[in-house]
Amino acid sequence: MEFILVIVAAMLAGLIGWLLKQSFNTEPWIAGAVDEDAHRAPLGANAKVVALTTLLAVITSFFALIVSAYALRMELGDWIPLSEPQLLWGNTGMLVLASLAFQWTRNAAVQDETAKLKPGLLVTGVLTSLFLLGQFAAWLQLSSAGQGVTANPSNGFFYFLTVAHAIHILGGLYVWARALVRVHGGAPAVAVRESIELCTVYWHFLLLVWLFLFGLLLNT
Amino acid sequence: MAYVAIADRDHEIEHHDPQTFITKYIWSQDHKVIAVQYGITAIVVGVVALVLSSMMRLQLGFPDTFAFITPENYYQFITMHGMIMVIYLLTALFLGGFGNYLIPLMCGSRDMVFPYMNMLSYWVYLLSVLILLASFFVPGGATGAGWTLYPPQAIMPGTPGIDWGIVLMLVSLAVFIVAFTMGGLNYVTTVLQARCRGMTLMRMPLSVWGIFMATILGLLAFPALLVSAIMMLLDKSIQTSFFMPAISSMGANPGYTGGSPILFQHLFWFFGHPEVYIVALPAFGIVSDLLSTHARKNIFGYRMMVWAIVAIGGLSFIVWAHHMYVSGMNPYFGFFFATTTLIIAVPTAIKVYNWILTLWEGNIHLRVPMLFAIGFIFTFIHGGITGLFLGNVTIDLPLSDTYFVVAHFHMVMGVSPILVVFGAIYHWWPKITGTMYNETLGKWHFWMTFLGTYAIYLPMHYLGFQGVPRRYFAMGDTEFLPASAQDLSAAITVSALFVAATQILFFINVIWSLWKGPKADPNPWKATTLEWQTPDTPPKHGNWGHDLPEVHRWAYDYSVPDYPDDYIPQNVPADTAPAGRDHGVHH
Repeated sequence: MEFILVIVAAMLAGLIGWLLKQSFNTEPWIAGAVDEDAHRAPLGANAKVVALTTLLAVITSFFALIVSAYALRMELGDWIPLSEPQLLWGNTGMLVLASLAFQWTRNAAVQDETAKLKPGLLVTGVLTSLFLLGQFAAWLQLSSAGQGVTANPSNGFFYFLTVAHAIHILGGLYVWARALVRVHGGAPAVAVRESIELCTVYWHFLLLVWLFLFGLLLNT
Repeated sequence: MAYVAIADRDHEIEHHDPQTFITKYIWSQDHKVIAVQYGITAIVVGVVALVLSSMMRLQLGFPDTFAFITPENYYQFITMHGMIMVIYLLTALFLGGFGNYLIPLMCGSRDMVFPYMNMLSYWVYLLSVLILLASFFVPGGATGAGWTLYPPQAIMPGTPGIDWGIVLMLVSLAVFIVAFTMGGLNYVTTVLQARCRGMTLMRMPLSVWGIFMATILGLLAFPALLVSAIMMLLDKSIQTSFFMPAISSMGANPGYTGGSPILFQHLFWFFGHPEVYIVALPAFGIVSDLLSTHARKNIFGYRMMVWAIVAIGGLSFIVWAHHMYVSGMNPYFGFFFATTTLIIAVPTAIKVYNWILTLWEGNIHLRVPMLFAIGFIFTFIHGGITGLFLGNVTIDLPLSDTYFVVAHFHMVMGVSPILVVFGAIYHWWPKITGTMYNETLGKWHFWMTFLGTYAIYLPMHYLGFQGVPRRYFAMGDTEFLPASAQDLSAAITVSALFVAATQILFFINVIWSLWKGPKADPNPWKATTLEWQTPDTPPKHGNWGHDLPEVHRWAYDYSVPDYPDDYIPQNVPADTAPAGRDHGVHH
């Protein structure tokens, strides 16, 4: 459980540090005007950014807990390390490219280049779908080789982690699809910019989670 | 000011301005309606859990008397009672109910930042409740695994409800967590982003601080329950071996290969201990505001109170294994967790001292909400001190499986938060409904509940010292227990039934108040916080009429010297009132 403790401690330290900054040396009982700028909300003051950051903290906690359980469970005697399919390397490549494509799209949105948005989003969607299809193919490969979910606890964790990650990607694709529909309907860059920026952060985050999980699976 | 802009987004409010009965009261996106929906659902399901506890007490007080309570039923009652009370009543009521009602009103915003997601949160919560209650009616009935759902027994033959009951329980918990996450993102974002002008973090009422920190704990801790629920569902449905050890059952091999039940306990309590504070922190915050308002005194040590909430929240993540001393853990781990457990008593004790010092030389009005708040101080100190006993490994080991533990946790996280729930309902009732309740009936409700719960739980500590084991359907002939233990148990049952019946007074009061209660003053307690300064009572959609309030002071300007009234609302500018402590010594 050390892993989740470190992660939760880091997240809480971030929050507490910010709270300290807000409350240090204040005298709340004194009435009067306050310097509003000094009490500005965090992260550039945008509700959706705060909500996404909070959601990422929740997802981080979720995966960190599975990883902690993984670390505890693999110490028991019946654990046989799973040899991951080579296909996962290709899938990882797809997800890296999807993240890059989203970053490119995001840059276009920030620079108000509406024409680039649709191709950018489409390429991102295709690459992300290829990642998901690749993951699905990897599950099929494993189970047809007799490495189903129940063959060994390491398999159980492999499927649990990868399916949980894929479901989070699917959730991201829902928001991506909404942005695509709006762009397809002629929405200008300025209207979809925020949505695309937040999606990009989410994609990068899930890429990081995947790189961590993939590294963990390869090395254990 | 970015966050003011969000708080005042009239154009967005208009989007969900209710037009019909359905959009106003059913599919409502108004935080106040959602709060009431959460509240009613939580209380209804809480009454179910109360009835279950009464049936358990009937069996314990008068064994071999009631044919309809079988051992299987008894374990189902225990399990459902515990889970409903902790999750579906207390968590939902404090965060979904009071969180929804108080955050936007106390922070001076028009609504939650994401009203549609807020509405979804309630309906998904209702779905989780329905799934849970459905488990009473499926073949085999509800799960009887105990609220901790420990494997392997939770899914092995011999435990009630291993076919459908446990599955519905786990699915219901997963659905609840989705609902909570949607609500929680709203509460955090609204507190951080939608406060009105002048409402700095350190001017927020402690109720908001408690709810805010509890939400953060919930968001980080509930995933542990989700992860363990999913893994147990997989163990149950497709025979993975995350938790299930190699085991034979009824002479057969169910196919499990050597999982770790202790792993489940770690995950469960990594959620389970912060859960105690998810319930306690909002209660701490609310009780601070009730005490300050009804004692007409500023809360003692506001900044210390805020930081104690934050410190308790942080520490609550490193004490979980004190629930697992009896699992045979490494003694060094036990030492570590005993130390952290005792450390968490420091910020908690600071809060208790500050509550008492707030009352010191206050102008105490013993109205119904105040009675409940002071009652909470008593029950919380009692439950907290027995927690210090149990935090020590050597004391916990012999007491862990006795009624001492039952008495401890009911005192500290059953009775205490419920007293705050009632205090809070009585306190904010005039604002929520616009009518007053019957004061005398409320006082009867308090005294009978408060004294009645002592009659239940004080003797239970004694039974624990005698060694009466918890979780047993019946004691039978037990040589180490005197016959009087059973007499005491019968007396506890009578008290418990009395307290359960007493709650009818509350419902009578609610109905009477709604039916023909007098119209409430907009600010009957002369309170300072923003929710009492709304232009309408009950507040209308959007809360504040045309203009948002502007905050000029903290929430605790009571009995300010040289000021004609004994309170100054937060939205009164500094130059129209002699300021508080900046002009002299505050009482």
